[in-house]
Amino acid sequence: MKIYSRIMAAVVIGTMVFATGCSSTKPTEPAKTEEKAADATAKEELVMATNAAFPPYEFYEGTDVVGIDAEIAAAIAEKLGMELKIEDMEFGSIITAVQGGKADMGMAGMTVNEERLVNVDFSNSYATGYQVVIVKNGSEIKTPDDLANKSIGVQESTTGDIYITDDYPNADVQRYNKGTEAVQALIQGKVDAVVIDREPAKVFVEQNEGLEILPTEYVVEEYAIALAKGNTELLEKINKALEELKADGTVQTIIDKYISAE
Amino acid sequence: MDNFKLRFYNNFIADERWRYIVNGLSVTIRVTFFAALIGIAIGFVVAIIRSTYDKTGHLKVPNFLCEIYLTLIRGTPVVVQLLIIYFIVFGTVKIDKAFVAIVAFGLNSGAYVAEIVRSGIMSIDDGQFEAGRSLGFNYVQTMVYIITPQAFKNILPALANEFIVLLKETSVAGYIALQDLTKGGDIIRGRTFDAFMPLLTVAIIYLVMVMGMTAGVTRLERRLRNSDH
Repeated sequence: MKIYSRIMAAVVIGTMVFATGCSSTKPTEPAKTEEKAADATAKEELVMATNAAFPPYEFYEGTDVVGIDAEIAAAIAEKLGMELKIEDMEFGSIITAVQGGKADMGMAGMTVNEERLVNVDFSNSYATGYQVVIVKNGSEIKTPDDLANKSIGVQESTTGDIYITDDYPNADVQRYNKGTEAVQALIQGKVDAVVIDREPAKVFVEQNEGLEILPTEYVVEEYAIALAKGNTELLEKINKALEELKADGTVQTIIDKYISAE
Repeated sequence: MDNFKLRFYNNFIADERWRYIVNGLSVTIRVTFFAALIGIAIGFVVAIIRSTYDKTGHLKVPNFLCEIYLTLIRGTPVVVQLLIIYFIVFGTVKIDKAFVAIVAFGLNSGAYVAEIVRSGIMSIDDGQFEAGRSLGFNYVQTMVYIITPQAFKNILPALANEFIVLLKETSVAGYIALQDLTKGGDIIRGRTFDAFMPLLTVAIIYLVMVMGMTAGVTRLERRLRNSDH
């Protein structure tokens, strides 16, 4: 019995290690996007993974996920002759889904950085993002520099989380699964401030009394679409579609629709 | 191979990311341990109240309260209970999240332990009770010295199973921003965008812990069996 269970353990662990080893060498099958998609009876799906708790980029309106990312993705899908399908999941799972081929692309106000580029490819940028600080009215935090020793709520794995972790090693970073939960914690006094993207921040402040956004932006960044490493065929198509949409003003129209110009 | 090394470096070495795993592991172990203690305490008390009511008809009101507790806890998912305790029960206070998790998982586990213990007590033949009483033990003494030790042996596998489930259930603690082992892996995943290494590392650590627990229980069962002969 004892020997049997040891053998079992060895087999299980062995399999896991083997799986890790393999996965690095086997690139994900590129999604088949035939030129003649129009000929096919059913349109091919372009699956977009996102976290729909991030207004105005992606959020629920009834049972549909809408927002800037969703509309840009729909426009891209149209250009590619594909049908867009949106999968809502935890932010931290989006990249996993893209790598594993569960989704063709990840679009959730994601920012390019060196470490992420090791594991995924990014499209050209389609929008500019700002990380801002939300505090309660009358807070002693007046600029991002005051965050140093405070307890700060963030959405786990977002760039806000990463910047804060790097910039303020002494801060008590509370990593929530959703931006809304971080804001809830701020309202309840569980954290002193929330660092999050500016547009969702505006919505949160609008919806909850007694909150304000600090006038100084914390970080400026570029949003891009994440694709599985090595899926260059789809990447090129998306980039081409994106450039066309930017050139003909579609992207700007979509952004303006959700974000009122200041 | 170089890619593997680079990924390993990015996932665990760079920025001392292994700390997320190690600290997360210590949080997971602490929460599981104290939640199990609370679970055992609540479980035994509830089980004794319930089985006393079943056997003698006494303790009607406490039994009723216990039934409400069991219905509520077993009728709702542990994640929902955790979020309710964090965002509603402790709605307006800054509170240690590990404490919240221990309370939530302890309350949750208590309900399951209670039913396991009750099944153990009910499985002991009534003749054992009668023997205890005719030896001059009162009800409580019979319970403590005669029934519970025998019941414990019967329920040990089910109890061990409950604590294995508890250990793995704590992986939802990340919902209240508590950085347990799973959340630690998720945080690394969010930074490196590498799914496989952090997830499999976390999986292997849980697996090893559960195997350790199983081995411990097997030994305990064997030792307890010795007294049968």
